[in-house]
Amino acid sequence: MFTTDPQLKRPDDVYQALIDAQQDLSAEDAERFRARLILLLASQVGDDDAVLAAIEAATTSLKEHAHD
Amino acid sequence: MAKSFDYTAYPYIRSPDQDASEPVHHPVVVAGGGMVGLAFAVDMAIKGVPVIVLDDNNQVSVGSRSICVAKRTLEIFDRLGIGDRCVEKGITWNTGKVLRGDKLLYGFDLLPEQGHKRPAFINLQQYYVETYLVERFAELGIGEARWLNKVTQVTPGDDHVALTVETPDGAYQLTCDWLIAADGVKSAVRHALDLPFVGETFHDHFLITDVVMQSDFPTERRFWFDPSFHKGGSALLHKQPDDVWRIDLQLGPQADREEEMKEENILPRLHAMLGVDAKFTIDWGSLYTFQCRRLERFRHDRVFFVGDSAHTVSPFGARGGNGGIQDIDNLAWKLAAVMAGEAGDTLLESYDAERVPAADENILNSTRATDFMAPKNATMALFREAVLDLAEEHAFARAFVNSGRLSVPCHLPDSPLNTPDSTAADGHKPGSPAVGAPVTVDGADGWLLDHLGSTFCLLRFGAPLAGVDLPQLCVGANLDDPEGLLASRYGGMPGLTYLLRPDQHIAACWIDPVPAEIEAGVQRAMGNH
Repeated sequence: MFTTDPQLKRPDDVYQALIDAQQDLSAEDAERFRARLILLLASQVGDDDAVLAAIEAATTSLKEHAHD
Repeated sequence: MAKSFDYTAYPYIRSPDQDASEPVHHPVVVAGGGMVGLAFAVDMAIKGVPVIVLDDNNQVSVGSRSICVAKRTLEIFDRLGIGDRCVEKGITWNTGKVLRGDKLLYGFDLLPEQGHKRPAFINLQQYYVETYLVERFAELGIGEARWLNKVTQVTPGDDHVALTVETPDGAYQLTCDWLIAADGVKSAVRHALDLPFVGETFHDHFLITDVVMQSDFPTERRFWFDPSFHKGGSALLHKQPDDVWRIDLQLGPQADREEEMKEENILPRLHAMLGVDAKFTIDWGSLYTFQCRRLERFRHDRVFFVGDSAHTVSPFGARGGNGGIQDIDNLAWKLAAVMAGEAGDTLLESYDAERVPAADENILNSTRATDFMAPKNATMALFREAVLDLAEEHAFARAFVNSGRLSVPCHLPDSPLNTPDSTAADGHKPGSPAVGAPVTVDGADGWLLDHLGSTFCLLRFGAPLAGVDLPQLCVGANLDDPEGLLASRYGGMPGLTYLLRPDQHIAACWIDPVPAEIEAGVQRAMGNH
């Protein structure tokens, strides 16, 4: 089941870890890192519909906050 | 032509039709005597319908071409009477390996369960399959193959189709009630009717070669991403009969066709793969780019398109030849029923309803595999690299690795010919092809599908039903289930009764139906409701 309600107990730690992991990477390596992370997380979710809903939510968010 | 195969030139025989003052009329003409056209002709002959096959050539397939014959195709070939010959000659395989560089990513088994007559695949050169079909067609003695007869003009009429046919003796005219266009990806019939063939062309070139070599390499499908012997491309190795090995090498979008086809340029590539000292000869080769295209509709009034003339895919997944054979399996019984006056136009329309979604499924799978192999943009390349990197360590990522999703039987859950399923049986559903299992009939061991034949019939768990004018295979009565696999595969609760179509697809299932329900199911499957 896809939900956008808060799920994580330590959101600040997770957020910081995401930033830290990419801090010293070149733009290209950061992109490669994110592709790997997306695949690992998609598998971890283990629910095809939830992953598809997350892709949809990310796409919607991007459109709503489009850079002019 | 493949050097390892002894080609027979089929004789051009002048037909009396060529001397007739008026165009001679035939009920069914097939344009194209390749694998799909010949299979259709054999299926119609089995049903007692004579067809005229017109082929612009006078021999079987020039190259090995469509070599991977899937289980479902073998089951159809069993029905057509060439299954045993194919399997005896072919190389049976169920397993494969996918490598990245020189490192094994994973192995797979396409048929992990026992109790099936046929393996997941055999490899057999297309020229053998076509030879067996030509011989089977002649053996049946119904219908006629005309070699060096090329259809050049097609003029559809209200109640017929008129054809112009070129021969070594010049052109002649024919008319027919039904024209089957089995004339391949460059279909002359499709061009004559000016029908758009819509889809996508892929830009990477692939060098496909057959080599003759003695090797104890296993009979599995072996696929490499970026191997050390062919950096930057993919490679595929597959065994065929007669010590012939199929090798596919991805050459990228920039390949120079003329240069790459020179033996002096092919040999170093093959030696890099097979070893500097490897002893082999090149049997056949071709350079391809791939396309995924289809006609919008496969039926155009009195003209039916089957196989590559209707839809074309890249070869990754073995969905071209196997898709074409499923086309004719679907069409032959319908056309025969309409010609016999048992069904009407609705049944013919269902060819589109059933085979267009099947083609789309094949195109979807083939497109995804080709995109994975030859990424079209930076995002595709980025995710592919991530998948391959992760797949070395992590099992989950192997599911994303796509070296071809191999042909599986097409299910038709949304077919208008299906009777909605009202049972709670945990078995197969209407629209699915019947799955095989070992059975015993009159004390003799055999296989379910061989007993289904090419007509409507019932498969039932219980005593024969009275008042039903169909062949009935009744588990526990005239058919035994020695290993219990029928019961487990068909959810065999007492009274469960399946109606099977002549193409061995399930049309309906009920618990203890009354004769009127069965008759309604048959009529619905014939489009008569």
